[in-house]
This record gives sequence, C-alpha cells and structure tokens, in this order.
Amino acid sequence: MAQSAAGKSNKEQKYDRQLRLWGDHGQEALENAHVCLINATATGTEILKNLVLPGIGAFTIVDGHKVTGEDNRAQAATELLQELNSDVSGNFVEESPDKLLDNDPEFFHRFSLVIGVQLIESTCLRLAGVLWNAGVPFLVCKTYGLVGYMRLAVKEHTVVESHPDNALEDLRLDQPFAELKNHIQSYDLDNMDKKDHSHTPWIIVVAKYLEKWYNEHNYQLPKNYKEKEAFRQLIREGILKNENGVAEDEENFEEAIKNVNTALNPTKIPSTVQDILNAEGWKNITAQTPAFWVMARAVKEFVENEGEGKLPVRGTIPDMIADSEKFINLQNVYREKAMQDASVVSKHVESLLQSVGKVCVYKSKKKCKNAAFLRVVRCRSLADECSVELVNKDEITSCMDNPDSEMVLYLMLRSVDRFFQQHSRYPGVYNYQVEEDIGKLKLCVNSLLQEYGLNVNVKDDYIHEFCRYGASELHTVASFLGGQLLDVEFLLNKYGFVMPKTNLFIPFCLNNQKFLFALGCAAQEAIKMITHQFVPFNNTFIYNAMSQTSATFQL
Amino acid sequence: MTWSRGNMADGEEPEKKRRRVEELAEKMAVDSGHGGNARDWDGRWNHVQKFLERPGPFTHPDFEPSTESLHFLLETCKILVIGAGGLGCELLKNLALTGFRQIHVIDMDTIDVSNLNRQFLFRSKDVGRPKADVAADFINRRIPGCNVVPYFKKIQDFDESFYRQFHIIVCGLDSIIARRWMNGMLMSLLIYEDGVLDPSSIIPLIDGGTEGFKGNARVILPGMTACIDCTLELYPPQINFPMCTIASMPRLPEHCIEYVRVLQWPKEKPFGDVPLDGDNPEHIKWVFQKSQERASEFNITGVTYRLTQGVVKRIIPAVASTNAVIAAACATEVFKIASSAYVPLNNYLVFNDVDGLYTYTFEAERKENCTACSQVPQDLKFAPSATLQDILEYLTENASLQMKSPAITATIDGKNRTLYLQTVASIEERTRPNLCKTLKELGLTDGQELAVADVTTPQTMLFKLHFTS
Repeated sequence: MAQSAAGKSNKEQKYDRQLRLWGDHGQEALENAHVCLINATATGTEILKNLVLPGIGAFTIVDGHKVTGEDNRAQAATELLQELNSDVSGNFVEESPDKLLDNDPEFFHRFSLVIGVQLIESTCLRLAGVLWNAGVPFLVCKTYGLVGYMRLAVKEHTVVESHPDNALEDLRLDQPFAELKNHIQSYDLDNMDKKDHSHTPWIIVVAKYLEKWYNEHNYQLPKNYKEKEAFRQLIREGILKNENGVAEDEENFEEAIKNVNTALNPTKIPSTVQDILNAEGWKNITAQTPAFWVMARAVKEFVENEGEGKLPVRGTIPDMIADSEKFINLQNVYREKAMQDASVVSKHVESLLQSVGKVCVYKSKKKCKNAAFLRVVRCRSLADECSVELVNKDEITSCMDNPDSEMVLYLMLRSVDRFFQQHSRYPGVYNYQVEEDIGKLKLCVNSLLQEYGLNVNVKDDYIHEFCRYGASELHTVASFLGGQLLDVEFLLNKYGFVMPKTNLFIPFCLNNQKFLFALGCAAQEAIKMITHQFVPFNNTFIYNAMSQTSATFQL
Repeated sequence: MTWSRGNMADGEEPEKKRRRVEELAEKMAVDSGHGGNARDWDGRWNHVQKFLERPGPFTHPDFEPSTESLHFLLETCKILVIGAGGLGCELLKNLALTGFRQIHVIDMDTIDVSNLNRQFLFRSKDVGRPKADVAADFINRRIPGCNVVPYFKKIQDFDESFYRQFHIIVCGLDSIIARRWMNGMLMSLLIYEDGVLDPSSIIPLIDGGTEGFKGNARVILPGMTACIDCTLELYPPQINFPMCTIASMPRLPEHCIEYVRVLQWPKEKPFGDVPLDGDNPEHIKWVFQKSQERASEFNITGVTYRLTQGVVKRIIPAVASTNAVIAAACATEVFKIASSAYVPLNNYLVFNDVDGLYTYTFEAERKENCTACSQVPQDLKFAPSATLQDILEYLTENASLQMKSPAITATIDGKNRTLYLQTVASIEERTRPNLCKTLKELGLTDGQELAVADVTTPQTMLFKLHFTS
C-alpha cells in the first residue's frame, strides 16, 4: 500500500488505526494469510470477525453441522462474515474435522493457522498431532460457562518485532563506540556559553561527567546506589550559576540527573537474545534454514567479531532538551553507526547464504534494528501436555497450592472432557441432571488426578459450579476469548447434544460474555502469529469471568 | 475428497449481498421457532437461564435463583450505552445478545472510513451517517425483539431527568473529559438523607477504555466505590510539546508538525479563516508539505503523511480485538449487576496483550477528598497577593483537578460576579484584566466561597478560599 502525499487508498484509510500498530509489512502478512476455523459456533465466528475486520487474506470454515434443511452452518457463517469486509475471501467446507482427518489430513497443511473452537478432546488431540507434524500453528479455544480457555501449540514461533513496552535505550555510554567518543570529545562543557550549555543533550552531559568520574574512580562505572547518588551530585555541581551563586534553570542537566540510573546500565545482550544466538537447532545453516535463523547466525557472527561482544547498535535515542542542531548531530552519530553495523550483518547474511548456494533477497535492516527484541516462543505439543509421562506435574501442583488458582479451572475443563468421553454429553445440561451429575463429575475429576498422579485438592464448589454451567456459553466470555455479531447463535451441537426431534440449530442470542472476552484474545494471538510481531502467550490461558482474572500456564 | 468451495469474494455487489444476508438471518430465525413468534422461540434463552435459575457456590450472597430474573433482563432492565464507536459497537452487540432489550445509545459522531476496521455495525455505505442511528438500526434489524434507541447528541445535551431512568450506564468513551462529566452527573443524582446514601439513587457506571493492545474496565458504584476523579492520577495529563521546542528548537518530526498546526496555520490561513480540520485531506496535505519544509530546515527526517495526520488528530491506534475484550468484560459486569448472579468486579481490570496476555484486577480506592464524590468542600490556599491567574493555573494544572477552562464566579459585596470565563469570547475579553489582579484587589475575603464551572463536571464545584500569610 503506497502512501501518497495527496490521498490515501481507501484500504489504507480503513486500516489506518491498525497500521499504526503493526505497520504496512504487518498488514501485508495478514493479507497473505489463510486461517482455518473449525466449528462455526457463535464463539468461532466471533474470533473470525476480529480477523476479518482487520483484513485477513482468507478464511476457511470447517463445520459439518447442519443449520436448516438447505444451508449448512459453515456456509451460513461464511456468508455473514464475508459481509463484514469485502477485501477478505471466505470459504467453507461442509465436513466434520474428524472426517477430514480420516480422508484428507493434508487438507490442513495449507493454512497459516488453524483455530479450533469447542472441539471434543479426541478430535482436538488428533488434529493437534497432524498440525504439529506439519508445522502449522494450532490455537484451541473453548468457553464453558464463565470460563474461557485458550491453548497455543506451535513447535517454534519466531518474533522479529516484539515491540516491548518498556525497552531500555541502547546508548553505549559504558562502552562508547569510536564515532560516539569523538563526538563527545567535540564538546567542551567548561567553555560554552550559557545557551549552548543549557541545550547540550543529557547524553553528552552524562558522558562528560562520566569521564570526570573515571579519572577519580579508577575507570569504574558508578555501581551501587551510593555511587550513583555521588555521580548525580557531580553532575548537579556542573549546573551553571548566576552572579549570585544561585543555580540556573538547566533542564538538560536535570534530565541527565534523572537518567543516571538507566543510562549507566552496562551494555549487554538480553538473555532471551543470547538463547536465540546460541540455539542448538540452527547451528548449521542449510538451504532450508528459515530467514530468521540465518539472520540470527549472522548477528552472532557480528557479535563475535566486529561487534566485540555487543549487538548491532540500535540507532535511536529518546527525545531530550537540546537545540535542534546538537540533537540531530547526536542522533545521526547513533543512526550512522546503526546503519554501518546493519550492513556488516548483511554481509554476514550474504556470505552465509552464498555458502549454501542461495542469494539474499530479504531486507535485514529491520531485524538488525530489533536485534535486542528478537524472541522465540516454543509451545509444547498437546500430546506432551496430555501424556502421563510428560505432563507438567510441577506447574499444576505448585499452582494448586492455592486451591482457587485458575489452575483448578483447567483441571475442571479436563474433567468435563472426561465426562463427555464417558457419557457422550456434558454435565448438567438439563436441570434434572445437575444434582446427579455432580457425583459423576467428581468421579471424573478423581480419575483424572489419579491417572496423572496429581496430589491436589479440587474443591467440591468447582465441581458443583461446572455442573451448573451445563456447558453453556455466555456470550461475553466468548467475546473476551473472541468477539462478533451474528444474527443467530448456534447451539452447542459439538457437545454431542442434539435437541430432541430436531437436529437443527437453535438460534438464540447468548450470554457468551466470557466467551467473547476469550475470543477477543484469540484473535489478537492469531494476529501475532501471522505478523510475527508482538509475543504470543505460552501456552495455556485461562480466563475466569466470575472474578475477572486470568492466568497463563506453560503446560 | 470433495468439499464445497464457496468463495464469497467474487461476484455479488455489496447491497445484494447484504440483503441476502438479512434474508438468511430471517429465515433462520423463523425456521427454528415455533409458529410465528420469532421473538422468544423455544430454548432461546437456555444459556442465560442456567445462570439465573440455578443455585451455585460462587453466586452473589444475595442471589436467589428465580425465573423472574430473565423477565427483568429481557423486559424491564434499561441500559444506557455511551459511545457507539469501537467499544460501543461491541457493547451493543454483547448486551443485545445477552438479552437486554431496552438499550439506549448516545454518540455525537458520524461514521468515518477509518472506523470500519473495527466498528463492525457500520459499512462503507454508512460513512457520514450518525453512528448512534446506524448502530441502533443494525442491532434492531438483526436481533429480534431488541429495541435500541439512538441519540445523535452529546452527553451534555441531557439532564438529570434523562439519566435517572436507567438501571445501568456503560461507557465506551474516548475522552477523559466526557468520562468525568458522566461521573459528575451520576454523583449529582445521589440522594443523601441525614448524611446516609439512599442506595436506590445509585446508578452503576461501567467504564471501558482501550488504546492499541491495552485496555481497562472498571465498575463504579457512585457514592460507594472509587469514581473516575478518585483515580484521576491513573490518567496522566496528555503531554503537549513545550512551546519553545515547537517554536525554535524542533528535534522530532512531531515538533515540525505541531509548529505548522499551532503557529503556521493560524498565521497563514491557507484556506481562509477556518480552523484546521483533521478530516479534510486538503488541510492535512498542506500541513504535511509545510511540515516537510520545516523539517528539512533543521535536517529532521521522518515526517510522513501518516505521522502528520496522527499528530494533528491526536490519533490513538486501535484494533478490533482489544475492543472486543474490554467490551466483553464490561458487558459481563452489566450482566452480573443486572442479574445479581455474581459479585461484580471490585473494581478495576487492566488488560494488556503486547507480550502474552496480561490481566490485573485490583480495588481502586476512594480518595478522601475527591473533588467529585467526597462531598468535602475543596480548599484553595493562596496569599491575598496571589493573582487570579495563579488560581486559574492551579485549577488546570493540579493533578487531581485537571480542569480545562474553568469559569470562576464569587459573591462579592452581595453580588454574584463572574471573575473569569474563557468559553464566551466577549466575557473572556471583559474579564481578562482580572487575571493579573490580586485576590485582595478583586475584593475576595478569607473563607470566601468560589464557584467553579468546567467541562469536566456537570455541576459547579465549590471551593473555599483560605488566605495564607
């Protein structure tokens, strides 16, 4: 989407507010993506709405359930969603996921992401296995009464731009590169007129006083609170005084003092990046190595050689009190160094690719600028999570030290799945079932805990509450997990529960607030997966609408 | 293996498609029901009923399962939604789908193209039309039985008698001023008898806000829990660039754009004596070009059309998903309060999904001397030699007050005098000289009451002046 001075394309106008979050390149990734939704329940379509509105390239709904005699649920949902955004292409498959897995498991290989909503456990695990092996990320969503659940399964997801909220600046004051050193030298604070003195960038001020400090402290950085305080005092004494000996108003010096704490942080590579640079899996570059890892390797070579143990310079500085010229000159010193470092890294990339017979076609500049913000997320497979040998016992038992931790909701969700397995229905759907089902559900809870050797206590209150839910979907929970307007809401056929005498959908407007909360989250996680920007959760998210609390577990 | 590949992207024109969609919806509604009444077909409210009619271990202590609750929800409960934008659209949908039928919505804006990426009740054919009207229309047509009443107006266009009719008010606003006004309005509805608050005069206020990937939802029970003004410090004042930076020492592309907006535009009046309109592409184009010129003077890079528009309109980035999340949280609270089924959020939820998913729930505390809800008269401590300007600056800059353009009146020598008022040009001119006068010169006395009116509050605030030596 080219940006013209005079006018913007209609698409650019429409997407303006989100382009400011993930940029044109993020939007491009979205528009090249094809997402699969399994089960066009109100909740599933809520997620899709939040992907269709921002312009996902294409979606395909897989759903074997019937709506009316003629229209299938998948088709109906597709039409309704399609209407939301004409830029998006919608498809549907009138088939249950189990059937597809039986006849054409490779069907799923074409998708950027598969989202499974309200799947029964057996189907979910089957699908998870296929997708794991095919390297297709799988996002599982479920809402049950007032509880929302999301699970992300992906072997390895790379994030180029994590956009951290509070990243520290990359100023290199502890180890100034040559050009920065020279630039600092060009200032003589003691012999400046007042105007220049008051408009010298604080970075220079700190650097100059650091030199003074080094002379008196054996070239050691101020380390603890006491030393930093003394250093701040040193700077404070440098504030110009008027004829009466009263300190002038020098905001730049105040800024310097305020920033001492963070400005003197030793330049080092964040541990998350260290892990990436030292990742075992990609030590040897081949023709198939993904771009992210070729870049990581190139950065590593930079760090070990030209970088002298440091990452490429980021090249940005925060705004600060200074006159335009001084600020721009200082900014350019950092910028030019960053460009220099980036081109060195590019050369490493080129030679790495050459060594495996490939030509460099992608831009590395963005990755260089963000070298400190590279992240990799690895989510365990569902198979591992559910395996008796590999279950994350520690996480579960330690969370359950607090019996009201969201972890109990996870255990309850697993238990109702077990109930479904045994009884082909969920507990408490009808009023008359509630009381009897409490006992039955409790048996399921106990068998689950026993099977996995989990020595935890699940309070009876939760067992009662889950029977009370009767597998309902409150619209708001659905929206939190996802978000949309459909004319009609679909009953939960996937629970294996079919209205007597009709196997038709029953439209109703639902109380899926919790679901909605959870589905809003799902859409955003899906966008993160597709754009490779921002960090997705790892790997289980539980939302409790009763208390409006949530938790993320790595299971 | 065969599968139906329905690709909806080709062929049909939007209008035809939309009609087909509506037919489809209607058909589904009718087919499923019993006979002709499409309003409440069998099983329509099954899911809600489970929460209203079954006892449970986590319900509100006062909750009693009953079949009456559904009736209240559907027929009686009156909800006011403020804002039909990103949050508003989601809220209306959520509330309607939950079963609320008496929903009123206020929004003073019309639909813009840039709304369409998330305000899903609108289509491109609706651009230019009032948001409230289009939103109400959409919901009423698609959800049988729902009756959304729209108002293409400002919240300030209504008085106490209007607001008093609602059981619950939910806000999806994009302005702190508007929030504070609403907050103040609900405070003014509170009835105290012998110092005791009459609970029936309380209208719960559920407030949601979003910005990019961050959001918050809170429950305010006026007179009982922390209100908007109690936690004003949670909303830091908007950072405006200092004038000297803009005028003579720009460093960032934003500074250059502000220069053109604040200084160059009023001076050069490129389109005549009209204010700069951020929605007018010609205006933005002019600002963009001039900003580029200014930037090149100072060797500043980075001025783009997108940045220009962002700065001029103070654009906040927004996506559908965050709005969905926060609106859902708010609607959950509406449901809880309306049904008494669960203990409501107590009282503030923060959400952030930049890195993983993060929520934080805490109880914001009431401020003892809150300007809006504490009923404690506010003190002003100034020397008699202080000027009215000093008081004005205090009212606007103090973190707990943050007034925008306060009008100050006082009773002096038995007469009600306007000391300073900004919002009417002729009065501003007349009272401007008062700003440099000292409080003593103005005839103010120790212990004097000053009445202050401002956009941030529907009621005049009373201050007590205390002279310091």
